[in-house]
Amino acid sequence: MKLNARWTSYPYIVWMILFTVIPLFLIGYFAFTDASGDFTIANMEQAVKYIPALVKSVSLAAIATVLCLVLAYPFAFSMSRLSFERQKMMSMLIMLPMWMNFLLRTYAWQAILEDNGVINMLLNSVGLSSVKLINTSGAVVLGMVYNYIPFMILPLYSVMTKIDKSVLEAANDLGAGFFATLYRVILPLSMPGIVSGTTMVFVPAVSTFVISGMLGGVNNYLIGDLIETQFLGNSYDLNCGSATSLLLMIVVLITMAIFNHFSDEDAEEALV
Amino acid sequence: MDQNKKVFELKKIAKSFDGEQILKGIDLDIHEKEFVTLLGPSGCGKTTTLRIIGGFVTPDSGDVLFLGKRINDIPPYKRKVNTVFQKYALFPHLDVFENVAFGLRLVKTPEKEIVQRVREMLALVNLSGFESRRVDLLSGGQQQRVAIARALVNRPNVLLLDEPLGALDLKLRKEMQIELKRIQQSLGITFVYVTHDQEEALTMSDTVVVMNEGRIQQIGTPQDIYNEPANAFTASFIGESNIISGIMHRDRLVEFAGRNYECVDGGFAKDEPVDIVVRPEDVEIAPATSEFLCGTVKDVIFKGVHYEMHVACNDFMWRVQSTDFTPVGAEVGLRITPEDIHIMHRTTYGGEKG
Repeated sequence: MKLNARWTSYPYIVWMILFTVIPLFLIGYFAFTDASGDFTIANMEQAVKYIPALVKSVSLAAIATVLCLVLAYPFAFSMSRLSFERQKMMSMLIMLPMWMNFLLRTYAWQAILEDNGVINMLLNSVGLSSVKLINTSGAVVLGMVYNYIPFMILPLYSVMTKIDKSVLEAANDLGAGFFATLYRVILPLSMPGIVSGTTMVFVPAVSTFVISGMLGGVNNYLIGDLIETQFLGNSYDLNCGSATSLLLMIVVLITMAIFNHFSDEDAEEALV
Repeated sequence: MDQNKKVFELKKIAKSFDGEQILKGIDLDIHEKEFVTLLGPSGCGKTTTLRIIGGFVTPDSGDVLFLGKRINDIPPYKRKVNTVFQKYALFPHLDVFENVAFGLRLVKTPEKEIVQRVREMLALVNLSGFESRRVDLLSGGQQQRVAIARALVNRPNVLLLDEPLGALDLKLRKEMQIELKRIQQSLGITFVYVTHDQEEALTMSDTVVVMNEGRIQQIGTPQDIYNEPANAFTASFIGESNIISGIMHRDRLVEFAGRNYECVDGGFAKDEPVDIVVRPEDVEIAPATSEFLCGTVKDVIFKGVHYEMHVACNDFMWRVQSTDFTPVGAEVGLRITPEDIHIMHRTTYGGEKG
């Protein structure tokens, strides 16, 4: 049995080596070499110049993540208290938009937010003047929240279904009203869901190029867009693109480490 | 003990869930320092009654009074009542100490007092030294004790216990029964205890409330309930019994199994059809003479303290317990003395005949 279990993990290990470990080393290699293959730190120096775009990416992704959390948390909780059939229906409704192509959904938002889009047409028809919606940071955040909120709801929902009703009743019985129960019981018990939901929203949001490219315009050029143009676009530079990717990876790791550190502290505090 | 002061009064409580009526008019007084047990089969409404007292369920009609004041709409967290839940419902993210301290922290008790009261409670439930243990690593019995300490540390007027010993093994259950009774007496708190286990009810309670199908069947001391069951349901639910139909000819004369018996009950209508309860341990084996009801021993089982046998008399199978062995197939007489014949008004409940 033990031997069997080991054998079954081999395909996964091979997969990981081929598609994760080797590409990571390649990124590292390209980041510190020039076109002829000699060692250089020029790429990293170039990548450091993109820090403003990186800061913008991190802050928009952070705003989107917080919004997702604030919206998803009460939703996931009330969903976890529904009857089993309703829960199934709700999770299907949440997954439903994901059956549609990601690009298509973002195009739809473009059509809604455009200067001559659905919203502005509606505003004009009731005699109000148009508002600038497309090509703003707000539009990028909206796109991020819209696209990634299922990844916040689902892990939250899954930890919350494990919170037994009787535990909430016990808190109530011992004198805790709604907010005290939320703060002292529900929040600490759903911490694992908050951590994984936040990771699953923040990481793709910080590296997105489609959402910012389609909804953000030239003023919201994010680090993802930069990397895209270096690999696929007109400013093709494999080495510099690798360096920028590496930088982004480091920033994501640091951000997640800081976040995990704080959430662990919270969990420990609840344990004291 | 001042047992006359009413802590809780339930008046004509009715409650339906999904169109099914669970409680059909419950009237119940719970007194100070009383150990009250709600006893009945599953689905009888005993847990719903407890949850109405705790505030988790609002009755459709009727009133809940606490120290004379109507509290129907007061939420659980504002009631001076605490509950020990069926599945303990401990907080998995807190250790033993913090589980017990939960209620005290909510009312901003000074840290020194919290430490002192939690320690006291843990000592009371024999869990001193377990303060920093994780609750999910405790045994069922220990979790149970934490749940009891967590509820009692708040010094409630009434402690509600919802089948708290259901998940424990027999030996532990017996120990906890004695322990709970000890705790209740030492603290002088009213306990309202829900169980389907008649032995548990008889062992611990001052008052037993027998419930069935959303109605209270009988309220009384364990002795009353056992010796003078009010109807066939109570008789069959509490202990084993022979329930046979008969006719009450007049006071102190009843006919059943084709014979007239002298009895001690009265106050029935002339020739009223009644149910008669005779406990198996009250039937005595006698010689098969015309003086007694006679029958044939159908089977004998050794039960340790006694033999339990079934004796067929005409079409009724009598359950008889005796310390003397009688072989299968023997013709025996059954001696039933007047004080062992319990007569009850006929109810719709059929009981276990034979």
